[in-house]
Amino acid sequence: MSTPDAPRPLKYVDALREAVEQEMDRDERVFVFGLDVDDHKSIQGSTRGLLQKFGSDRVFTTPLSEDAMTGIAIGAAMAGMRPIHVHIRMDFMLLCMNQLVNIAAKASYMWGGQVKVPLVVRSMIGKSWGQGAQHSQGLHSMFMHVPGLKVAAPSNAHDAKGCMIAAIRDDNPVVFMEHRLLYGTETDVPAAPFTVEPGKARICTHGDDVTIVGISNMAQEAIRAAELLAEAGVQAEVIDPIWLKPLDIDTIAASAKRTKRLLVVDNGWEMCGASAEIVAAVLESVGPEAGIRVQRMGFAATTCPTSPWLEAEFYPNPGTIAQAAWKLARPDQPDWAPSPDRTKLAYQVQFKGPF
Amino acid sequence: MTEPNLSPADVSRLYRSLKRIRRFEEVTAEIYPSDKIKSPVHLAIGQEQVSVAVCDVLGAGDWVGGSYRSHAMYLAKGGSMPAMMAEMYGKDTGCCRGKGGSMHVIDVSAGVMGSSAVVATQIPVAAGYALAAKRAHAGHVVAVFFGDGASEEGCFYETLNFAALHALPILFICENNGYAIHEPIAKRRAKPDEICSVAESLGVPAHRVDDGDVFAIRRIAEDVVRRMRKGGGPALIEAKVYRWREHVGPNEDYDQGYRFEDEVVPWKRTDQVERLAAMVDDAARARIDSEIETEIADAVRFAEESPIPAAKEVFSDVYA
Ligand SMILES: Cc1ncc(C[n+]2csc(CCOP(=O)(O)OP(=O)(O)O)c2C)c(N)n1
Ligand SMILES: [Mg+2]
Repeated sequence: MSTPDAPRPLKYVDALREAVEQEMDRDERVFVFGLDVDDHKSIQGSTRGLLQKFGSDRVFTTPLSEDAMTGIAIGAAMAGMRPIHVHIRMDFMLLCMNQLVNIAAKASYMWGGQVKVPLVVRSMIGKSWGQGAQHSQGLHSMFMHVPGLKVAAPSNAHDAKGCMIAAIRDDNPVVFMEHRLLYGTETDVPAAPFTVEPGKARICTHGDDVTIVGISNMAQEAIRAAELLAEAGVQAEVIDPIWLKPLDIDTIAASAKRTKRLLVVDNGWEMCGASAEIVAAVLESVGPEAGIRVQRMGFAATTCPTSPWLEAEFYPNPGTIAQAAWKLARPDQPDWAPSPDRTKLAYQVQFKGPF
Repeated sequence: MTEPNLSPADVSRLYRSLKRIRRFEEVTAEIYPSDKIKSPVHLAIGQEQVSVAVCDVLGAGDWVGGSYRSHAMYLAKGGSMPAMMAEMYGKDTGCCRGKGGSMHVIDVSAGVMGSSAVVATQIPVAAGYALAAKRAHAGHVVAVFFGDGASEEGCFYETLNFAALHALPILFICENNGYAIHEPIAKRRAKPDEICSVAESLGVPAHRVDDGDVFAIRRIAEDVVRRMRKGGGPALIEAKVYRWREHVGPNEDYDQGYRFEDEVVPWKRTDQVERLAAMVDDAARARIDSEIETEIADAVRFAEESPIPAAKEVFSDVYA
């Protein structure tokens, strides 16, 4: 018999919505605002029904003024409210950088610990169907760089809900990075509120041959890669950091120390990126005697194109991830790659477009 | 200049506030060359009356926010003088515990939100406080102080629009001293006299005071704040003023070639500190002046005698 709290399959998008709804029920200081949060499309459904339930004082759209709206969110948070500011693409957060980096991140410290900024900034990474140069960027490493900010990047519905509730309850500014392609994916999610707390990674698959860290939706692609690798006799340990800041480097380092191979697959560029940070932090923590072979993977070092044939060259996929992991794990053997018809991404099978 | 139309007690209160800020900053400038103050100082000498006038109509529960040039606002709103002096000295007892300095003063208990040194950033942040004030329905208001240069940042326009749209209880105060660092406004705006019309065009009623008259500024502030407390929405005051000292630092800089001393002459002639001093009777003024000197001396002693922060504090408060 099922209990009301029993986990049930839920889509990522509905998990986000449910988390926000439950927190708005619990705490009337929580409000949601941002461009188009209250229209009929409701940010791909992630804010659906909130306006009807909570009213326009707590769910409202904004002028196209990302800079000032971020400042307003920060001020409201300092004054005791708990804003959730929503952007439908992460690229638009570049207009929020001044307020996020110069005020939100600094407030607690610069004002001697007397000010809190309990702010959640939601944004979505876009991918495919011609999202292109300005609708596809994963800019998390820019935010990871700055003390005072936290960064969450949940890769499944369970973590989307748990991270969102943790982020809303956190007294610090949290950059909450979602991925458009994950919105339709389902996992078991408890119905009652719960948190996935900052600073704890999850080991998704166990293995002794290679450690693969996958960030955001790359965790899903890495899990698929691990299935393909298993068929070829390589056991991969896939780790999802879930929170990028604070980052659970200990779990990753312990795994890498055991497997002696570390592949970090990011949803962003390699240079100065999260993958570079993770590799460096692991190597520093385990020391040279651990003898770990490392590799980064991420966006190709170019701008995101729109043509699907070019785009295929831009992103890591289960095939390229498996191939790289094989090279790390089996350096003495000939290269191996899974057959291309088995390396499609989930959306390539299901997705019909447009966004 | 207009008549005060205020009681003698009101005038002497305004005088005390003006003189206290003037003397605090003069003493700051005197100490500065000793290198005991470990922070760049942006003095408001010559433009104190704007903060004094506006804060005089605010009360407990109201907030003020400002820029790196916020000593006047902080003191006028009731911020702790010893804590600000100690902050400039980099001491553990400072209002930011040695992590903010002169540019980031804060006194939460007095309703002074932290001030910010990235130009114009506190304009939207203050509007966020105003949004919270509106939702709380307690009739509180927010006043945000910024310069003419800040009015050129995009977030000024963005915030005016949002504040008008949501009828936020926020008073925008542009202290137009005609310069952004060394650049005169005529080199930065095609229409230097139209700051008010930017606000008006977005639905924020605006008022300009050209002569630095503390009573005129106070009267307008009192009127717009009264309406604001009843849900009347935002307003803007542009107060023309003149900065007597250099942009940052303790000195005068009329020898630097970007401006000349004749510009300050009319402003010194109408100095509001002297003007109000003449309105307060001699005995009362002498008492106020001596109380101010004692208070400042105490604040300086407090700063000098306060402990320095422990090294481990460099890592505290990064997160709440
Ligand atoms: C965003 C930003 N740009 C540039 C600066 C450098 N800066 C510091 S003060 C200042 C001038 C600001 O002028 P105004 O707003 O008129 O204020 P005032 O100093 O005259 O009081 C500038 C350009 C800064 N601190 N922040
Ligand atoms: Mg100026």
